[in-house]
Amino acid sequence: MLRQVLKRLATAIPSVIGVVVVTFLLTRVLPGDTAAYFAGPAATPQAIAEIRAKLGLDRPLPEQFAAYVKDLATGNLGNSLSTGRAVTTEIIARLPASAELTLVGLLLSMAVAIPLGIVAAVKQGSIVDHACRMVATAGVSLPVFFTGLLLVYVFYFLLGWAPAPLGRLDVFYSAPPDVTGFYLIDSLIARDLDTFRAAAAQLVVPALTMGIFSLAPIARMTRASMLAVLSSEFIRTARASGLTPRTVIITYAFRNALLPVITTLGMVFSFLLGANVLVEKVFAWPGIGSYAIEALIASDYAPVQGFVLTMAIMYVALNLVIDLLYGVIDPRVRIEG
Amino acid sequence: MDRRQFLKSTAIAAGAATPIGAPFVRSAAAQARAETLLVVTESGPNNVDIHGVGTNRPGYEVSWNCYDRLFTHGKKTLADGSESYDRDKYEPELAESWDIGPNSATFKLRKDAKFHDGTPITAKDVKWSFDRAVSVGGFPTFQMKAGSLEKPEQFVAVDDHTFRVDFIRKDALTIPDLGVIVPCVLNAGLVKKNATEKDPWGLDYTKQNTAGGGAFKMVKWTPGTEVVYERNDDWKSGPLPKLKRVIWRMVPSAGNRRALLERGDADISFDLPNKDFAELKAGSKIKVVANPVGNGIGYIGMNVKKPPFDNVKVRQAVAYAIPYQKIMDAVLFGLGKPMFGAPADKGLDVAWPQPHSYNTDLAKAKALLAEAGYPNGFETTLSFDLGFAVINEPLCVLVQESLGQIGIKTTINKIPGANWRAELLKKELPLISNFFSGWLDYPEYFFFWCYHGQNAVFNTMSYQSKEMDALIEAARTAAAAGDKAAYEKEVKGFVGKAFAEVPRIPLFQPYLCVAMQPSVTGYRYWFHRQLDYRTIAKA
Repeated sequence: MLRQVLKRLATAIPSVIGVVVVTFLLTRVLPGDTAAYFAGPAATPQAIAEIRAKLGLDRPLPEQFAAYVKDLATGNLGNSLSTGRAVTTEIIARLPASAELTLVGLLLSMAVAIPLGIVAAVKQGSIVDHACRMVATAGVSLPVFFTGLLLVYVFYFLLGWAPAPLGRLDVFYSAPPDVTGFYLIDSLIARDLDTFRAAAAQLVVPALTMGIFSLAPIARMTRASMLAVLSSEFIRTARASGLTPRTVIITYAFRNALLPVITTLGMVFSFLLGANVLVEKVFAWPGIGSYAIEALIASDYAPVQGFVLTMAIMYVALNLVIDLLYGVIDPRVRIEG
Repeated sequence: MDRRQFLKSTAIAAGAATPIGAPFVRSAAAQARAETLLVVTESGPNNVDIHGVGTNRPGYEVSWNCYDRLFTHGKKTLADGSESYDRDKYEPELAESWDIGPNSATFKLRKDAKFHDGTPITAKDVKWSFDRAVSVGGFPTFQMKAGSLEKPEQFVAVDDHTFRVDFIRKDALTIPDLGVIVPCVLNAGLVKKNATEKDPWGLDYTKQNTAGGGAFKMVKWTPGTEVVYERNDDWKSGPLPKLKRVIWRMVPSAGNRRALLERGDADISFDLPNKDFAELKAGSKIKVVANPVGNGIGYIGMNVKKPPFDNVKVRQAVAYAIPYQKIMDAVLFGLGKPMFGAPADKGLDVAWPQPHSYNTDLAKAKALLAEAGYPNGFETTLSFDLGFAVINEPLCVLVQESLGQIGIKTTINKIPGANWRAELLKKELPLISNFFSGWLDYPEYFFFWCYHGQNAVFNTMSYQSKEMDALIEAARTAAAAGDKAAYEKEVKGFVGKAFAEVPRIPLFQPYLCVAMQPSVTGYRYWFHRQLDYRTIAKA
């Protein structure tokens, strides 16, 4: 297993190098003159030139790149120009917010989509099957920010069930002591049930928004893969042997249908991280998506590079985990790999 | 890992997981609410020091509330019952009294004022702070210069509690310029301790920390998320604020900001779209205060250095082709003062902004265009700043449509906010929609920035005229000498010239709108268009 992990890690190195080069070049070709932006409205051309020199933007690109790589090697992602804070600390502080939201959203979505997919496959052509198709189509065709605003309008504005969309905690709560950065976990560690409830309440609507968006691929994939398995011979044998439908479906069929579902989950998780950017904007969520957008608007290179790099590394790690999961679920994959 | 066990647990998790059904809770800290103001806006500060590089408008708000200045402005009640700062009335802040002579002004500082860390505020701190403002370059230095405050030698700490400003020339704007945000008083000792050789003025430190003695202390700042202030209970430079805490949250979605207000969760918000303000104003749940932005004008600018807009007839034709009233109704929803359609025989006022006499008159516009040698019109681009797309986009579409009717075909060019300033500096855009407002509410100040031949970035039209420069400078001289008759003549002179040659077409003076809970009192309009928490109270 360790050898396999190392081998997979080795193949990830070229992609990470590629990402470093591409993010560096991309941020340089972005429209927008950083120096002019920071020089302010009343700047003279000399003032802009001074700022450009101060930021090191007047030096040739290869030289800037070398300096960037040197910093990277020491784990330094640079400082944000606009706020002057270290990108590394900002990302570490903000990543748990995004991860917590994405994970809860994914769990919510799995809790609905997988059972729905299974039932739709078992009772093919029934009302549940049609409902599954409808829910999936609706979920995937509504843009996240729209679902988000709609949910806020209904659950916060009209019904008053949800708390104010003001980020991770109500204004009058203070964050639990930082252990994992996940408020749900940290508040439990601190045995602070009040804060746990407040944090969970803030999470429900944004997580629901993310969940609705990711219902479709999970439900459809579960259904398709279950259909394939249910028509195979070992299921027929199992049924003929008089096993209960529950054992047949959950123990035998679903287990064998899991592989494509896991692949889809990996993909869904990746694009949920992307969709985060919009959801964070709607719910004033202090995650890395909104951080990157703000930096992009201000042509602030370091945070954008840091964000893309973090995302890339997370994708690589995620793919690795999924590859390893394959082996755990289905030994045949492990032998071939 | 055991495969069977793993599979079993996955299947169970998938089948049995139920949504996390946490009950929604309301804040238990209702009591704290009454003394806390919750402000929601679209974006927050990027730097909390007004002397910093590229500090944005929200950053001004932090500076204004956390630092003291020598004096502040009194208040006046406007015709609609709302409160505004009074341009002409100064009140003590850090200085208890002052004496303005012909060549210098002497300020007596109060003896009991302390910085947030407990060190007494002395004239040395004031001098160091002002030296810093005129030395760091960029915006603060520019702003000081606008009041003829240019050299460190002008600032003298006579003794611990006496501070003197020497004038390098007679300038009526010197004293007003000492009351804006830039000349704030920093804790010199604290900042110097955190300064480095590369950064002698400690800008890196004050970028993230406040080092002042103002009415509020910034206790927490998470960029892009929130700013939290607590009242400085030892504040001596004015009446103690009623609010104990101010929490300022960034809520990027305008719809949510409105929902937060209407649900009663947020107390006060700026920057909603005008449509929302108009609707909230019509309702009764939320109090909306709208004040005209002092010395501020939304305009269409034309680049006079290049054909076809180098021809005054073309510019006048465009001025007759703007759909003024439609812009007022469909873009501003009535939340602005018209800057057009003054009766032609009315004559000029000694005031700025004031309406010009152009009106939408397509026949006249066509005739002028033909006279200028463009009977069939021409093609050009109309650019605007995407950062202010709420106003700019519909405005430009209306202008495009109207110009099309006299044969001028325009392509709309949307420029991202990060690029806009750089593009303006190049001075190559032929036709733009833009907005400018001056902190100091004096006509000659506006014209100095926007029409003077020094060609500052705000002179977006690159308009240069010796006569205009002479008029503007004569007005400044007359103001400094206190010669009222001459001043009035010069102001009318440059306003008239600006209207006749129309390098820029004033459209409207927008209102600054603020929506707040009915329980919030004491909001006051300030020239810097940010909130002053000191006067605000919650009933």
